[in-house]
Amino acid sequence: MSSSTDWPLWEVFVRSRRGLSHTHAGSLHAPDAEMALRNARDLYTRRSEGVSLWVVPSTEITASSPDEKDSFFEPAGDKPYRHPTFYEIPEGVKHL
Amino acid sequence: MAAVTADQTTQGTAGTAEEAEAAHLATFDAAVAADDRIEPRDWMPEAYRASLVRQMAQHAHSEIIGMQPEANWISRAPSLRRKAILMAKVQDEAGHGLYLYSAAETLGTSREELLDKLHAGRQRYSSIFNYPTLTWADVGAIGWLVDGAAITNQVPLCRCSYGPYARAMVRICKEESFHQRQGYELLLALSHGTPAQHEMAQDAVNRWWWPSLMMFGPPDDASAHSAQSMAWKIKRHSNDELRRRFVDICVPQAQVLGLSLPDPDIRWNEKLGQHDYGAIDWTEFQEVLKGNGPCNEQRLTQRRKAHEEGAWVRDAAAAYADKHSARPGTAGAAAQPVEATA
Repeated sequence: MSSSTDWPLWEVFVRSRRGLSHTHAGSLHAPDAEMALRNARDLYTRRSEGVSLWVVPSTEITASSPDEKDSFFEPAGDKPYRHPTFYEIPEGVKHL
Repeated sequence: MAAVTADQTTQGTAGTAEEAEAAHLATFDAAVAADDRIEPRDWMPEAYRASLVRQMAQHAHSEIIGMQPEANWISRAPSLRRKAILMAKVQDEAGHGLYLYSAAETLGTSREELLDKLHAGRQRYSSIFNYPTLTWADVGAIGWLVDGAAITNQVPLCRCSYGPYARAMVRICKEESFHQRQGYELLLALSHGTPAQHEMAQDAVNRWWWPSLMMFGPPDDASAHSAQSMAWKIKRHSNDELRRRFVDICVPQAQVLGLSLPDPDIRWNEKLGQHDYGAIDWTEFQEVLKGNGPCNEQRLTQRRKAHEEGAWVRDAAAAYADKHSARPGTAGAAAQPVEATA
C-alpha cells in the first residue's frame, strides 16, 4: 500500500515534575528529533503528565542481554552486607 | 518477518538446539507460572508471539477504526463543551492505537506491516465499529456501553503476562474512564431532557446493547483462542465471565439513567448472585465478522483513503529529515538525548 518505509523509532522519556528523573514512557515513530518531540508531547503528555521530554533514537540504546541476566547480575547476589539490614544493632541504639 | 527467519535458523542444528529450546521453554513457563512478566527480548514460544501479535494488532486497529463512528459527530456536536470533549476522546483513541502499535512492534512486527494487513483486510478490528452512529445519542451509548465493555475487557489485561502490552493497557484504562463517564453523562442529559430526547437516548441504547455484549467474543465453548490465552495469562477471565460482569454493572446504571435495556429476560438470579440475560444472536455476530455488517466496507475504505491521502505528508517529512540528515543511524545523528524543558 505505501511505498515509503517506516520512520525511525524513538524512545520517549518523561519527567513528570521538577525534582524527579525522566522515566521511560513508550516509543513512537518520527522522521526526525524535532518531530519526535512534538509527537511525544501529543502522545504522552495529553493530560499534563510531564514538564520535560527526552526522545532517543531506539537504535542508540545498548541493552544488556536477557540470556545472560543471571551471570551478569550475579556479582551483587552474594553481598547482603551491602544492605543496612545485614547488621545487628542492640535495641535502643538511636540514630543508626 | 524477522521472527520467521529466527525460527528457521534454529531448526538446522539438532540435539543441542532442542535441549536449548526445552530449557528456554522451562524458563518461560516458570516465569508465567510465577506471574512474572515476559519482556520483548526474552525467549518466548513462537505461538505465544503470534497470538500476541494477532490480539494486539486487532486491538490497535480497533482503536484506529473506532475513531470513525464518533468523529462523524464532531462537526454536529450540540455545544462547544460537547464538541471539545468529543475531540479529546477521538484524539485519545488515536493515542491508544499508537501505544498498542508500539507494543506490538516490540514483538518484531513493523508498523508498516500492521497497517498493510489492516488495509488488506487480513487483520481484524472489533466488529462493534461496523455499526453506524445514527443520532447524537449514539455518541453517549458508545461511551457508556462500548467503552464500558472495553474497560471490562481491558482492566484484566493490565496484568497480562506480556510486559509492553500490560503497560500500554494501564495507560489506556486510565484514559478510558473519562470516555465512559462522558457517555453516561451525555445519555443522562438526554434521558432527562424533552420526550424526544429521551426517546433518542432509549433508541441508541436499544441498538448498541446487543452488539456491546458481543464485544466479549464468542461463548467460552466456541472461542478458538481462549483456553491457550488463559494458560499463557494473556487473558485472565473467560469471555462469558466478563460478559456477565458487564451485565451486572450495567443493570443498576441503566436504572439511574431512567432507560431500559432491550432484553426482557434480564433478571436477578438469587442463587448465582448475578443477572441472567437473554440469548445472543450469534449469527449476526458471525455475519458482521465476515464483512456483512452495516459499515464494514465504509470503515475500511475511509481508512485506506486517509492513509493514501496522508502519503504526501509522510514523504515530505521524511524528505525534510533526510535533507537535514538528522535521522538516527546516519552520520551526524544526535548522540545526546534531545531535551525540551518546559
